[in-house]
Amino acid sequence: MGIYETKGRIFNIQRFSIHDGPGIRTIVFFKGCYMRCAWCCNPESQEYKIQTLVENGKEKIVGKDVTVAEILPEILADVNYYRRSGGGVTLSGGEILAQPEFARDLLHACKDAGLHTAVESTANADFESIRQILPYLDLYLMDIKHMDSAKHREYTRAGNELILENAKKIAESDVELIVRTPVVPTFNDTAEEIRAISRFAATLKGVKEHHLLPYHRLGQDKYAGLDRNYSLKGIEPPTQERMEYLLSVAEESGLKCQIGG
Amino acid sequence: MENIKFVIEKSARIDKLVNDLYEKMPEIESARGVLVTESYKATESLPIVRRRSAAFAHILENLPIVIRDGELIVGSATIAPRGCQVFPEYSYEWLEAEFETVATRAADPFYISEKTKAELRAAYPYWKGKTCSDLAKANMSTEAYEAFTVHGMFTPGNYFYNGIGHVNVNYKKVLEKGYRGIIAEAQTALDKLEISDGDYVQRSNFLNAVIESCEAVILYARRYAALAKDMAKKEKCPVRKAELEKIATTCARVPEFPATDFQEACQSFWFVQLLLQIESSGHSISPGRFDQYMYPYYKKDIDAGKLTLEQAQELIDCIWVKLNDINKVRDAGSADGFAGYGMFQNLIVGGQNEHGMDATNDLSYMCLEAAMHVPLPQPSISVRVWNGSPESFLLKAAALTRLGTGLPAYYNDEIIIPSIMARGLTLEDARDYCIIGCVEPQKGAKTDGWHDAAFFNMCRPMEMVFSNGYDKGVKIGPDTGDVTKMTTFEEFYNAYKTQQSYFIKLLVNANNAIDAAHATRCPLPFQSCMVDDCIGRGKSLQEGGAIYNFTGPQGFGIANNTDGLIAIKQLVFEEKKVTMAEYRDALNANFGYGLQGAAAERVTNDIACQLAKQGIEITADVVRTIYDEVTTAGSVDPALKKRYREIKKLIDETCPKYGNDIYEVDMFARDVANSYTKELPQYKNPRGGIFQAGLYPVSANVPLGAQTGATPDGRLAFTPIADGIGPASGRDVKGPTATANSVAKLEQGIASNGTLLNQKFHPSALAGMAGLSKFVALIRSYFDQKGMHMQFNVVTRETLLDAQKNPEKYKTLVVRVAGYSALFTTLSRSLQDDIINRTEQGF
Repeated sequence: MGIYETKGRIFNIQRFSIHDGPGIRTIVFFKGCYMRCAWCCNPESQEYKIQTLVENGKEKIVGKDVTVAEILPEILADVNYYRRSGGGVTLSGGEILAQPEFARDLLHACKDAGLHTAVESTANADFESIRQILPYLDLYLMDIKHMDSAKHREYTRAGNELILENAKKIAESDVELIVRTPVVPTFNDTAEEIRAISRFAATLKGVKEHHLLPYHRLGQDKYAGLDRNYSLKGIEPPTQERMEYLLSVAEESGLKCQIGG
Repeated sequence: MENIKFVIEKSARIDKLVNDLYEKMPEIESARGVLVTESYKATESLPIVRRRSAAFAHILENLPIVIRDGELIVGSATIAPRGCQVFPEYSYEWLEAEFETVATRAADPFYISEKTKAELRAAYPYWKGKTCSDLAKANMSTEAYEAFTVHGMFTPGNYFYNGIGHVNVNYKKVLEKGYRGIIAEAQTALDKLEISDGDYVQRSNFLNAVIESCEAVILYARRYAALAKDMAKKEKCPVRKAELEKIATTCARVPEFPATDFQEACQSFWFVQLLLQIESSGHSISPGRFDQYMYPYYKKDIDAGKLTLEQAQELIDCIWVKLNDINKVRDAGSADGFAGYGMFQNLIVGGQNEHGMDATNDLSYMCLEAAMHVPLPQPSISVRVWNGSPESFLLKAAALTRLGTGLPAYYNDEIIIPSIMARGLTLEDARDYCIIGCVEPQKGAKTDGWHDAAFFNMCRPMEMVFSNGYDKGVKIGPDTGDVTKMTTFEEFYNAYKTQQSYFIKLLVNANNAIDAAHATRCPLPFQSCMVDDCIGRGKSLQEGGAIYNFTGPQGFGIANNTDGLIAIKQLVFEEKKVTMAEYRDALNANFGYGLQGAAAERVTNDIACQLAKQGIEITADVVRTIYDEVTTAGSVDPALKKRYREIKKLIDETCPKYGNDIYEVDMFARDVANSYTKELPQYKNPRGGIFQAGLYPVSANVPLGAQTGATPDGRLAFTPIADGIGPASGRDVKGPTATANSVAKLEQGIASNGTLLNQKFHPSALAGMAGLSKFVALIRSYFDQKGMHMQFNVVTRETLLDAQKNPEKYKTLVVRVAGYSALFTTLSRSLQDDIINRTEQGF
């Protein structure tokens, strides 16, 4: 079976994405994730199974099984825009490494088509699956959420050991690595917590950038739509002043830091 | 930190000029109307072109003049700011009928004093039967006249009631030679004539009219010089005194003689621009490539150290203000279609020069800066884009787009140049194109393009297929057979093309009748002396004096017709889910939905009038009952109503739609567009040119939509038709790249009279240098695919609130959500609120 027949499960393809990586991009959202981050703004991405989401009073089926060949034309439809803007394709989720063969073969097909490729991933997976995608990847946008494993586990259902170990290995490769941290009040919004992540990121070979992404409540309604409880109810997004303070803390590491992706 | 070139501080003078201009409602003045009538009465024995120049001279000798407080560039058509003069030689009845309502109407109101009304009432009787409009009607076939006056198949109303305008003249020639030089040119041509030449009479009359017009312009400028000198004498403030003295010496020199510095060039330009709009009422008098012909004067003064960047910018900003000082009163119906006092003075910057090299210069940037300093509707600023356009220039343009005024519009050299070459322009002329009015390309100073000749509503021939050529109970179209007996889709599609071809013929007849009337009654010697080769040919622009002659009527409704034809093909002929009879009845019953708003009131009124004619007494209760039935489709049988709504649902939900990057659908749209664009060039106009199609509606898709019943694409009766060549409102759901890819599939090069694509963005999509450069990339990518034109609404908080209330209108609105962007209407209510609140803080 060739790479074009590989099957995967996605829940959206979003064209003209201009705030996730360089240039104008198309994002393919994979369905299914190992983790359950309390702040996740795409809760419909977490379960692998196909679900029904109630949105604005209407039922919507979330999740679709596709092959690489089936979705490639839609990704290639905007190739002019990628070329003019320095953009490309980004695989996001969910966790793309939960479907490693599909991620690998889709990236492979995109690379063969001459596209710039990126992934948004926490790298909380067996390194073998990561090693397999690296040859077809230009940019790894990697989440590092907390340096304390216990607290990491409390809020995401997973410890951080594997993540940090994989970060070092990815950094050793030729792929550009950018570290990103969702800044979530009560979880990781203190100077100490952000400083620790930024310091760690600075030790990774070749990492030049650390992006701080302010927590937002924009996915909150979808929890109700999936008949789920939103555990961060009542938590306010960090203020601009707070973000700028944390930015200055992160910058102590010497990395190029920014607010937002 | 954003790095945008030519960010120049705005002079305090500019805001004051703008505020003064907008202090009061604009006013109608009588001076020109009275003067033109006086002159016409005194010149009845002369040939028409001499009567025109005599009238122009009489007007310019006597029209009251004013220098407004703080102005550096002077010359106004009216004493009242933003006022307008009237032009009874074109038509007048409509204004007389509106004397009592023009100040209170919703669209574009004008104040009119009792004195003005009395003076115009005294002048009007002279014009009975003598106007350009009267002759146009007499020239026209009855079928063509009724097709637009009774049946709303198309609207050539613009030139039927008003001057043509829609021209770019040789500003460069006036700057370089002055009118003294043009008079010498006309005199030389005159001297070469032999009195025994067969065309001596025509040529000598025209050339003498040119000379008389130019002399009148020189005198008019001298009146300003004298006024400025007089005001300077009385002025106490030394700064203003010096300014007035400079104005006096400037107006004494230009436009009679060549401009010697940048201020003289600006003033000379302004006299040309103003006087074209006193000679005739035609709008879309387009300055064209201002950055090109003004540049030598700017460069010389800057290099000599005589002018600072700030001073140059202030003068340009002053011109921007003046371009908003010119106004035009239209009839109430047209005012709806051109709402916003539109004058469509299109000024274009950037692009290639005639040798194919990039022509962007300092003034290209400074014109964009002026549009930021003076955020008013005029001029319509346009930007030419080609593969060699500097990125910094397009970033500056994008920064202007971000302000949300809808300016500038972007044009693609890479398609426009070959497109107009295919219409017979030389390569050099094509490279030097400018834009007229809304979106119409032409080689300036050599063309009478008759752009904007008519709006052709492509949805109406489709209605004629269902009615077999009947409208309002009258047979007005060809017989294409009973629609319910059609057995193949091809038969239906061909019937549509047959109907459309017939009405295009009527449109051609109407346009040519009007065209001939302008040549007979309103030749324009002043305008003509600045367009090649009128002096050489010894005839006016209106008589075919230009080198390039076109007539450009524009079609619209491609998206509705495409979606409708596809739905009929699928539901009637392929899936057989709906019979053609059901489809027809569903359309007649507006898919079982009631009418709303003004349409409901109009139909209620029509029904009540019919009942009254039958002798039924119309009480308030009867009106209420009719209104209720109209708004709820109460007269439709409930079972049928259900079925009609089902049919609409099938159309809405199961048929593919144009604008979503679906190859088959987009190629179908291409064929629909070609059914209009390819039909036109076979027809000729009286000036020796051909017809060429445009594909854009200005804002006529709304008023003409209000005359169009339900359409097979599921569009409800009397609602707007799709805008430009874009998808029908709310039917493109895959974002701006997919929409642009679809629209680029149309064969836009054939629509050499211009195409129009609108897109909407939220300011956040253009945030920072990264946002601007991605925006530029979007434009370049559409243009890589041979898109011709693109403009953007960058929407604000108010729009977002409206989008919440009417999501169907905003399905392609892109907003930045958090780390990513998304389509606004697909977001949950609370998320939308969040974004709106953030908007309030952030922008």
